[in-house]
Amino acid sequence: MSPISRRNDAALPPPLAGEGWGEGVSTRESPQEERALSRIASHDAIRPPPQAGEVKTARGQSLRILRAALPVALALAAAPAHAFIAYVSNEKSNTVSVIDTDSWTVTKTIKVGQRPRGIEFTRDGKFVMVAVGDDDTIQVIDAKTQAVVDTLPSGPDPELFTQDAAGKTLYVANENDNTVTVIDLEKRTRLGDIQVGVEPEGMTISPDGKILINTSETTNMAHFIDTSSRQIVANVLVDARPRFAEFKHDASELWVSSEIGGTVSIVDPQKHEVIGKVNFEIPGLRKEAIQPVGIGMTKDDKTAFVALGPANRVAVVDIASRKVTKYLLVGQRVWHMAFTPDEKYLLVTNGVSNDVSVIDVAAQKVIKTIQVGELPWGITIAP
Amino acid sequence: MIRWLLGPIGLCLAAMQGLAADPVTIGVGYLGVAGTRSTLSLVEQPADNDGIAGAKLAIEDNNTTGKFLNQRFVLEERRIKEGEDVVQAATALAEHNGFIITDLPADALLKVADALRNRGTLLFNAGAIDERLREADCRANVIHSAPTRSMLADALGQYLVWKRWPRWLLVVGSHDEDKLYADALRRAATRFGAKIVQERTFEDTGGARRTDSGVTLIQRQMPVFTQAAPAYDVLVAADESEVFAAYLPYRTWDPRPVAGSAGLVPRSWDAAQDQWGATQMQNRFMKLNSRRMTALDMQAWTAVRMIGEATSRTNSGDVKKVTDFIKGPDFSVAAFKGTKLTLRDWNLQLRQPILLVDGRMVVSVSPQEGFLHQVSELDTLGYDRPESKCKLK
Repeated sequence: MSPISRRNDAALPPPLAGEGWGEGVSTRESPQEERALSRIASHDAIRPPPQAGEVKTARGQSLRILRAALPVALALAAAPAHAFIAYVSNEKSNTVSVIDTDSWTVTKTIKVGQRPRGIEFTRDGKFVMVAVGDDDTIQVIDAKTQAVVDTLPSGPDPELFTQDAAGKTLYVANENDNTVTVIDLEKRTRLGDIQVGVEPEGMTISPDGKILINTSETTNMAHFIDTSSRQIVANVLVDARPRFAEFKHDASELWVSSEIGGTVSIVDPQKHEVIGKVNFEIPGLRKEAIQPVGIGMTKDDKTAFVALGPANRVAVVDIASRKVTKYLLVGQRVWHMAFTPDEKYLLVTNGVSNDVSVIDVAAQKVIKTIQVGELPWGITIAP
Repeated sequence: MIRWLLGPIGLCLAAMQGLAADPVTIGVGYLGVAGTRSTLSLVEQPADNDGIAGAKLAIEDNNTTGKFLNQRFVLEERRIKEGEDVVQAATALAEHNGFIITDLPADALLKVADALRNRGTLLFNAGAIDERLREADCRANVIHSAPTRSMLADALGQYLVWKRWPRWLLVVGSHDEDKLYADALRRAATRFGAKIVQERTFEDTGGARRTDSGVTLIQRQMPVFTQAAPAYDVLVAADESEVFAAYLPYRTWDPRPVAGSAGLVPRSWDAAQDQWGATQMQNRFMKLNSRRMTALDMQAWTAVRMIGEATSRTNSGDVKKVTDFIKGPDFSVAAFKGTKLTLRDWNLQLRQPILLVDGRMVVSVSPQEGFLHQVSELDTLGYDRPESKCKLK
């Protein structure tokens, strides 16, 4: 077979009359306008329905300034308030955003290691520690110069951590090897590891400092670890994928959020038993979208705030009755939170909408949204 | 050898649970067919341990949890060769294991299920996607962690409709399973308002899957095969037998995307899945097995995790107790898919989101936004309760 005849065999015949290689048909039946419309419609579909007073900018971003809260926000801007500094870890952009709570603006963006998630101030307020999971370390940011100055020897893939009251010992959950690493913060050395369940995540310490809590996401347990012996003393089974644990300030209850289970389990820390559950129900929202993660409790132990992930809401819970009293609409996929030290405001990170919502704690209203980096994850505020 | 010995010891331990602090041993069997089938793409050629590798990881995960509950999980593998009796192999496995994960063709699975019915052994179908195993041929002792053809087809159909590609050119292979997949795709088109503008059959004329000069020929063959089609948005291929679909992308007469058995493919899992904490799982799998995780690995992992979830919730290794819990209303399992997975109580099929993948990335996850259901949006995928022909016995 000659090259020419082979080419003829395989020759692609010209397009059939009227077909025009199939292009024209497509354009005719799906005009550009319709496609554009469908794109907008689908964009809207992934957002919660607009609430009363919600403001949409030209870029389609909601400012979420509730009308009733507007005067409050304006008054705030005028009044000489105590300024606090919040640090937000941006999981995707590998940065930490610094927010001034006086002007509610981002004053600096610090480049950090890969995949920053857990973030916390040292007790003395001088440094900010941020777990950079993909670099298998915890970086230390000097709060004065706002630059990375040191690293801590965590285990592989650190995610969340907690420190004792004195700020001397740091406990780190390492997602990749089922351990909790203990670090001496003064000497910045590793003291040892504690074997826990599969995918350790949530970390907290009892108010008396004696018990460390770790939650493991695939094992579905809260592990109670004696901080002096570093041995597990009890394991409490909770609902699926426990993400975060928080003690009441009077130490009478431990609250554990279960992302996939869709609940918060309330554990008796003495008896090591689940004694109650907080359930969530949002009309018009499918149950699967309710994925509790971050928990914050006011110092008087009266009110808890629970971030509900892709439900795009923070639940306000009456601690005594364990009932939800209100749902606050925030940004998309809300995860972690931090109170200002005066407890006037609660800041929550919205991963998908790349912003931080500011909640007025007393009024239980969202007063402001601050744009940060990509996939904001954790947040900490200077003591 | 050790496993064979441990089995009976485990049973003794289970009996003495109240007396001793020794761990309760929970035996899990894995029954598969020896050898792997050929794929068109070399990179998609399954590893010899496809499936069991996922079960192994789940056994490790269960054991990490088990050490806090005094439970120990042991895996025993059995592969049957051509001509071997599957029932005999299954019965031998059931001697030491109350739970058996299977990766078997539908007929073999039914034989095993019926043979083990009176024993109380609980089977987990991790491999077969056949609709009939969940419909007319459903069994009360078989739980399905593998999705069905209709779930896969619906997952794809919802996305194509959401994307506004409603006109499908359906190309079907000439083997039975290709035709079954085509049935599921036709059903999806009807359910979600797509239109199959034309159907074509690709005859399998036999021959080697890979030849040294294959590409030149295919490059000529595929455009000619797809020419003169009515106007369409997407070519949907039903080729479970791996005869032609992988040759279609970039070779269609009209410049159109390909979906179904090649191009955009619906799967229960993919090595590229990194959402919802899946990275940790992918890392654990890679560390243990030195390769990436497939859909079959995930289906086996999920089955073993279902057992682990039930043994930890019931704090028991008793097969009857565990089985009742899995079939009960409080059961759910987390599997890195952004939502809890539960069982359809009418046919024991695990509800699950389906990933749409292109070989490198997860393009989307179905169910798609806007496909609503009164019970669970996951029930927009596959046959729903009112349509079911299953009567569990």
